[in-house]
Amino acid sequence: MGWQERDYDSIPGTYVFDGKRANPAYALNKLLYTLNEEHCRLEFAADPEAYCDKLGVKGEFKKAVLEEDFLGMLRMGANIYFMAKMAIPRGTSVQDAGAAFQGITTEEFIANLQKRAEGLTDKIKSRGDYWNG
Amino acid sequence: MAKIIGGITSSHIPAVGNAISNNLQQEPYWKRFFDGYGPAKEWLKNARPDVVIVVYNDHGLNFFLDTVPTFALGCADEYHNADEGWGLKPVAPFKGNAPLSWHLAESLVEQEFDITMCQEMKVDHGFVNPIRALYGDHEIWPVEAIPLAVNTVQHPVPTARRCYKLGKALGKALESYPEDTRVVILGTGGMSHQLQGERAGIIDTDFDLECMDKIATDPEWFANLSNTDIMRIAGTEGIETIMWMVMRGALKDDAKVIHKHYHAPISNTGAGVLVLDNEAE
Repeated sequence: MGWQERDYDSIPGTYVFDGKRANPAYALNKLLYTLNEEHCRLEFAADPEAYCDKLGVKGEFKKAVLEEDFLGMLRMGANIYFMAKMAIPRGTSVQDAGAAFQGITTEEFIANLQKRAEGLTDKIKSRGDYWNG
Repeated sequence: MAKIIGGITSSHIPAVGNAISNNLQQEPYWKRFFDGYGPAKEWLKNARPDVVIVVYNDHGLNFFLDTVPTFALGCADEYHNADEGWGLKPVAPFKGNAPLSWHLAESLVEQEFDITMCQEMKVDHGFVNPIRALYGDHEIWPVEAIPLAVNTVQHPVPTARRCYKLGKALGKALESYPEDTRVVILGTGGMSHQLQGERAGIIDTDFDLECMDKIATDPEWFANLSNTDIMRIAGTEGIETIMWMVMRGALKDDAKVIHKHYHAPISNTGAGVLVLDNEAE
């Protein structure tokens, strides 16, 4: 018996964090979790490879960490919130990460976010019962 | 008797905390977002709650993946914020209300919600930022706070309906508390956003507005959505909006809508503030 298919697996460009990701990526996520602690961040920054070895992060997982390949990590089962603990101190914001996932620039990613909210104030005005400054 | 005075929803994204720390509330990017909290703050001032129960999800500060409780209730005297990996200075600790927490735990378990009880619970941006947005920063917070964490991180995540039922049980639990305690419930997180994958950056303002209207006046509509429905439309992290249903369930069916504010995008997110008054006629 392998992992069962879920209905959400058909959502494109999306890696829902469930058992089939949490199980194989446990050590990877544990490494990411330790980065809550400053002394761990320093130890990791000083020698990422040794830190992976210490935390039992191996093979493809280790390669992705060392290359800071966030999309690769995500596909292998890194949880996005845990990954933020590694990405943000390296100067990668959530917008930078989103842009990297799509292979566009951060400016383009931010412009796309704005586009999704186009016409919002008119929409809110027409509903009538919303605060609108 | 404890009284549920009302409920408020709020986004809890980290950027909100950063904006408050850096005093950016009146900068053009943030102005509309923060100004929309004004009527909520005003209502809260008159409502004078003794305790806020904050329904939020932990993002890997208190809970690692070794143990993931579906619903976890803080049962401590105080709660500390801590470094989430970004090196930010933690905000002042929050005073809890242990006797009330333990009463809630007892009543919830009695009502077949087998809640995880936490005597130590670090609280992250999900808990802290809605309080900061509504009260501003304080060295001594002007209200007691109780964390109620819902797992929205590792699937299986509870359904919107389950959250709604938890809210109903929470409402009953509060009503049976003998002390005269005024309680406001904060439903936090959401609205549509996706941080992960090639699909990152989706925001659906029509869906968000529909959710705000329906959660206020027809929560069954939202309770009928599956988690896959919600993620498909509102993104994987948009699933957080299920936590609003805990707040909604605790209030009367006809709780009065006092204030509605929606803004997008803020960071990667659609953000909604809903104020429901449980006592207004």
